[in-house]
Order: sequence, then structure tokens, then C-alpha cells
Amino acid sequence: MYDVAIIGAGVIGNSIARELSRYNLDIVIIEKDNDVSNGTTKANSAIVHGGYDAKPGTNMAKFNAKGNPMFDRLCDELDVPFKRIGSLVLAFNDKDMDTLKELYDRGIKNGIPNVEIIDGEKIKEMEPNINEDVIGALYSPTAGIVGSYELAIALAENAVDNGVELMLNNEVKDIQKIHGGYRISATTGNIDSKYVINCAGVYADKINNMVNKESFKIKPRRGQYYILDKSASHIAKHVIFQCPNELGKGVLIAPTVHGNIIVGPDSQDLNDNQRDELQTTSNRLDYVKNTAKRSIKNIPFNKAITNFAGMRAEPSTGDFIIEEAEDAKGFINVAGIKSPGLSSAPAIAEYVVEFIKKIANGLDKKGDFNPYRKMVVFDELSSEEKTEMIKKDPRYGRIICRCENITEGEIVDCIKRNVGATTVDGVKRRVRPGTGRCQGGFCGPRVMEILARELEKEPKDIVKDGKESYILTGETKDS
Amino acid sequence: MLKYDVVVIGGGPAGLAAAIEAKKNGVDNILVIERDKELGGILQQCIHNGFGLHVFKEELTGPGYAERFITELKSLDIDYKLDTMVLDITEGRVINAINTIDGFMKIEGKAIVLAMGCRERPRGALSIPGTRPAGVFTAGTAQRFINMEGHMVGKKVVILGSGDIGLIMARRLTLEGAEVKAVAELMPYSGGLTRNIVQCLDDFDIPLLLSHTVIDIKGKDRVEGVVIAKVDENRRPIPGTEKLYECDTLLLSVGLIPENELSKSAGIKLDTITNGPMVNESMETNINGIFACGNVVHVHDLVDYVTEESIRAGKNAAKFVKDQLIDNSNVIDTKPGDGIRYIVPHKVRVENLDKTLDMFMRVTDVYKDVKLVIKADGNIIREMKKKHLAPGEMERVKIPVRDIKGKNISNITVSVERGVN
Repeated sequence: MYDVAIIGAGVIGNSIARELSRYNLDIVIIEKDNDVSNGTTKANSAIVHGGYDAKPGTNMAKFNAKGNPMFDRLCDELDVPFKRIGSLVLAFNDKDMDTLKELYDRGIKNGIPNVEIIDGEKIKEMEPNINEDVIGALYSPTAGIVGSYELAIALAENAVDNGVELMLNNEVKDIQKIHGGYRISATTGNIDSKYVINCAGVYADKINNMVNKESFKIKPRRGQYYILDKSASHIAKHVIFQCPNELGKGVLIAPTVHGNIIVGPDSQDLNDNQRDELQTTSNRLDYVKNTAKRSIKNIPFNKAITNFAGMRAEPSTGDFIIEEAEDAKGFINVAGIKSPGLSSAPAIAEYVVEFIKKIANGLDKKGDFNPYRKMVVFDELSSEEKTEMIKKDPRYGRIICRCENITEGEIVDCIKRNVGATTVDGVKRRVRPGTGRCQGGFCGPRVMEILARELEKEPKDIVKDGKESYILTGETKDS
Repeated sequence: MLKYDVVVIGGGPAGLAAAIEAKKNGVDNILVIERDKELGGILQQCIHNGFGLHVFKEELTGPGYAERFITELKSLDIDYKLDTMVLDITEGRVINAINTIDGFMKIEGKAIVLAMGCRERPRGALSIPGTRPAGVFTAGTAQRFINMEGHMVGKKVVILGSGDIGLIMARRLTLEGAEVKAVAELMPYSGGLTRNIVQCLDDFDIPLLLSHTVIDIKGKDRVEGVVIAKVDENRRPIPGTEKLYECDTLLLSVGLIPENELSKSAGIKLDTITNGPMVNESMETNINGIFACGNVVHVHDLVDYVTEESIRAGKNAAKFVKDQLIDNSNVIDTKPGDGIRYIVPHKVRVENLDKTLDMFMRVTDVYKDVKLVIKADGNIIREMKKKHLAPGEMERVKIPVRDIKGKNISNITVSVERGVN
């Protein structure tokens, strides 16, 4: 019997797993997909919010405020890209200014450092491309941007390094109470565990209902985005929000940690049975485009390199649900982790560990916990370091992705790691070939080839992302 | 630091021709840098024929055409490095490059020739909505899979865009047993050569849907279908014209973009229409001693034209090394007039011309029975009757040097005019 079973290998599940791996516990992460970080975590704004936005007293306010300052150390330990670039909420009229004041007051109550309201002149200094109709902004210098799926992958790798077991391709079908814990029936068989932590994202209510009475519902809420080429990176230096107003929440424009620009999301409530419907739609993309133009008039959308949709888990309670189920002791729901969920993840993990500590009457600290996970980003090395790297392993001298200068060495490394990539998109999320302006046109076939070689598979057995997302349909005709 | 007289970046048709020509013009110390595992560039995956009609007066395949240049390059003992990537170029003409054998290299070239070719516009550049399944390929990626690696990419295929690669892949996929259901083209005319429409679509009964585009992609893991709609004159989908095509593959042939990341790192000015460097009559960029040729300058429809242009670049790179290019000459700006999208070269130093000024251009629309009118400082110097002009077919205009030399002309415009008598 495991001590802890975590359902869902997104940023929340993996954060909790890594935090728990500091203790002498048998931990398993159960994930239905073929890779970690494949749900909400892979498709969101990747913002570490300042923390002024959530209503004081809510879980969202509490964990965001606590989580934000944890990112420097966390991302440093795990070699995850993170930049504290600050955020601006723009006001275009007096009503917006009132909203800014409200947000400012919330920020003070939530204990967010250094938030201030600045005037139009100052904003134009900070963001020269901003719409000149902007009259004021709430500036939150502690807001940042992070590699969201890179963080989740790094957390998983570090957790596994510290003894956590990861079961991919394992969908939870049912959960039964058994003596001293729970029996989880999954694709590959039964998994028994003393405690269960439900981090199943948009499916968290379904998991809860397998063993508890229904106490909350998760509504799938879709958001669509554009990613612009790096040559558009000059248009924004901060995370730029609009005031929530009668037109809706507005969309953000922000740099990404890799130097692109992200624009989005819209917000669309879907039906209960549409939790996987991640398609983009032309009318919603147009809405994103038109709304964003309010912040910066000349956004070069002709430099879009991709668009995508993400799914948020909107809880019926309106707040993060982080609690032990009433009628199932030792079953902890970590559900409805919508925005600012990513920002809150490290604080949520700490809280959950404290909670387990309490119900388990204390936990045994591991002597040899290793908080570090290192990886080489070849492009960021100095020429001396590059020379050394290639000497050590010549595969770092071969560029596979021409847009982002990603070497074969980095690709092989990410396949060979303990939570290694097995799909073309898995490689993309770990070391980025295919995220550039040609979107894998040149490197896609070569990444596939390397995957086949390293995993000792046939090229036709390599998939793009999902289990059935085959790339090739066979061989060409024999002569 | 490695030192060469001429360093050519790119070992495709442009780079090979430029290197060979530089050598023939008396420069000995030449290096060709190629990022792929073999020379020849994209020609290696173009196994269809039709290459070389102008240059060799015969029909060769892509690899066949490339082979002639590779053989010549080797017989001339020109150095080349394969599997080698240039990371950046400084304005001082120092190249940072890496490979698995030499490691990290600094290479100085007295002259540099940029011949990096172009890349394909992907799905994201068009913002086609829908799901993001496997089975969406650019035509060139599919071509590489099928022709070089022997892998099939699909069974039921829809192609968006009627550029030449798309047309050729429609035929190729059909010959390999796939069913090509349709080629959809946003514009009211094809972007490819007429001969390819006839030989690749008409001969195989593949429908070409002009003024149509893909507005949705369906399928979770693999493409299950695409929705095609007719578009109005503003290229917006017309509601009610949507039709679902069931297919497992969508091929994109929606344009090529010159690959100029390195040019930007070297501070080279780009033309916003061609997306390639602004060049003069010698194919020299705004940075002295850095030349460019082939698809990195503007996308050509025939490799023969690439060869001609690259010969000019190679010859002038050699002249530059030997200090024979004349810089204090009468400079003429070329300007696209009505109906012309762009002209290459952008600047002409008359003293460096041999016998003719060769200008390459593309028109903005399909024209029938018109004339190309060439004016120097507003005065007509030449008119050429044209039965048919199309954006998919590059036009070339040759002007005898005697018509412009010694006349202190400041600009030359080319325009499309109606009314042929």
C-alpha cells in the first residue's frame, strides 16, 4: 500500500508530489495521459500573478500571495525559466480608475508588496507601444512570467528523483474505501493508498464523486490564445491586463519566458461533456484580437506563429477547493484550481503537506532529499561553454531546431531523463524544437527520428502528442 | 579563427553556384557551410523532373540538377562543411558556427554570400482555427518524408494552397496511392506554374477550388476532416458555403518565406515585401562584402533563375575580394509601379553592369494582354507586350546597359499598363 496517491500530473499534482518527496513516504502519481503536464498546465497564460486580484480572505488570495515569492527559489532549484517582469492593469476611463482603486485596496489587504497606481505618462515610459487613451494603471512589480509546463515537468522529474513513482497512461475508473485507505481502480490495475490527493483538474469533480457525495462541480471554461513570433517581442515588456469591465475580463498581452508574445485568453463556458474540446474557433480568436487592440493598437497579428486553447477548471464554489472530503477521511480534494492556480501551486503544495503531516501525526524527513534538477540550455551558454559542451558530447554540436537553435544533445537528454519525452510534442514542451516560427516544419521529422532511435521504436510508432496521434500512415510503395 | 576569402552560407543550388563562380573568378580560398547532412539543399527532396531547362537545356530531377553542381564544386576543390550550423554573423563579417567535429568555430570571410534559402509558412501563420491533431504538414515536410525517407504521411488528403510544391505533392501523393480530395486556393488564381496545374492536377482529375479556404480542422489525435468554405472578394469565408471534407491529412502549401534570421543578426536591411535583403546589381546587401542570392533574397519559381542570380553573386563576391567593385558610381533606385509587387535588385550601380541590367519581379494580380512599361526618371525606355502575367510566375526584364549608362538616371520604374495596340 502506498502512503499517498496523487491523481493528476499537472502543476498542482507534481508540486504536491515534489513537496511530499521531502519525507519518507511511498508516493505515486497517477496520470491518465501519456505525459505529465498535458491538461490545463500546458495551455494557460503562464503568469505568476502579483496577487492583488483575488478577494481578500479567499483561498485564491491567500495562496497567490504566499506562492508568488516562492518562485525565485523554486525555479532556481529546478532550472525553470522565470522572470519577474511586473504587471500593469490599464484604465481607460474614470470607471476603470475606480476599479484600479478597488484592486489596489485588495492588494494592500492581501499583503502584496509595492503595488501602486501610476499615471498615463509613466505607463508610456514603461510601455511605449501602449494605446495613448490609457489614463492610469495598477502596477504590480512582483508579477512574473514562467514556463508553466516546463515547471510541471521539472517538478515531476525532481519528485521522481526523490523516489516518487509516476504511472502514465493510467486512467482512474473507480475508487473504493478499503481498510486503512482507498483502492483506486485504474487502467493498469488496482492501486491501494492510505491517502488520496485529487488533483484531476477539469475532472476533479468526477474523481471526487467516485468515493464522496457530490460537494462541488467543475465547469470547463475555455480560453483561446495567439502566440506571436519573437520579432514582435518589442511590443510589450510587462504583463498587460485590462480592467475587468462590462465587456468582460479583457485579454492580456505579455512576453513569454522565451521571448515570444502571448495574447489572450477569451473566456467561454462549455458544457459538462466538453471538457476536452480544445479547438480554437475563428470568432473567438477574432474577439481576442479585437479586445487586445484596446491595450496596444498595432499588435502585429501577421506575426502569429500559432494559436491554441486551454481549459480552466471553474469550481461551483467560486474559490479553490483545498480540503479533506467530509465523508472520506484521508481523501483530499485540490480542485477548482483556476487562475491564479499556477501562481499558487508552490503554496498549495506546502499547505497540503502540512495537512497530511497533521492527519498522519507527523512525517519523517528524508535525509537525502535533493532539491535540484539541472538542465543545459545550449543557446544560453557562452562560446567557451559551448566549446566545452561539444567536446564533452558532440551531439551538442548539431542543431536540430533551426528557429530556436536546439541541439541534438538537448533532445536526447530530455528523452533520457527520468520523466523523459516519448512524443514529438513532449520533446517540444521540454526543450522547445517546434515552438519557433516554422513550427516544426524542418525539425519535426528529425525529432521523430531521434525519438525512434532513442526509444528503439519504429518511426511510424512515434506519435505527435496523444496516444492515437500517429504521424505516419505507413511506408511508400515498394518498387 | 578560421579565415577564408569567401564564405558561402548554404549548400543548396544558390550557394553551390555562387561558390563555383567565385572560384572561377580567381578566388581560391572558399568555404561552403551547409546545415544538412549533404549538399544540394531542398533539391534533394524534389525528385520530380523539370529542372534545368534554361541552364542545361534538358529536363533534370532536383537531385540530378544538384549533382552537376556538387560534382563541379568537388572537382574545383572547394572546401565545405556539412552538418554545420551558423549561429550568427557579426557586421564585421565574422561567423559563429558549430558542428559535431570542429565544435564551436569563429570563421572570418573577406566576403560572405548568404544562400540560406527559404522556409514554408506553417499553419499558425494563417491562424487556421480548429483542433491541433497530427496530420497537418507543410508540403515540403511531407515531400521530405515521402521522397527521402520513404514514409507515407496520409491516405486521404486535402491540400491548402496551390503553390508549386502543393501541386507537385498532389501528384506525388496520388502516385503513392493516397486520395487527394481537393486543392483549395484562397486567391481567384493559382500561385503555381501553369504547367504544374496541368500536369499535377488536371491529369489526375484533382479538383482545384479557387477562392476557397480551410476554415476549421477536425479530429482530436489525428485529422479527421477539414471544413472548406468559399471566400468573397475580401477573402472572407462566405457563410453557408462550408463543406466538410473527410480526410486524415491536411497539406499546407501557403507560401515560402526567405530565411533571414542570420541576415538580421548581421544588420542587413530587408525588403518588407520580399522578406529578403535589399540588394544591388551585384547582389550585395547594405553591408559591404555581404552578398545574397537565391530564395533567401526572394522566392524564385525556377531553380534556373536561382542559378543565374547566384552566379552573379559569386562573381561579384570575387570582385569584392579583389577590390574590383566600383562603389562611387551613378546609383539608380528601382521602384515597383502599378501592378508590380517588387523588383530585385533594389539599387543599381551602373558602372558595375556588364551588358544588361537584369531585373526580376512579380506582378500583383493576373493580367491578360497588357504591357510592362519601363521608365527611367519618368521617361519610357522600353515596353514589352505580355499576353499573360500572373503572381505565380516571375518576370524578368533585361535592359541594355547602353540605354542607362552615362545618363545620370536616378530611378527606374516598371509598371503594368493596359491597352496593347
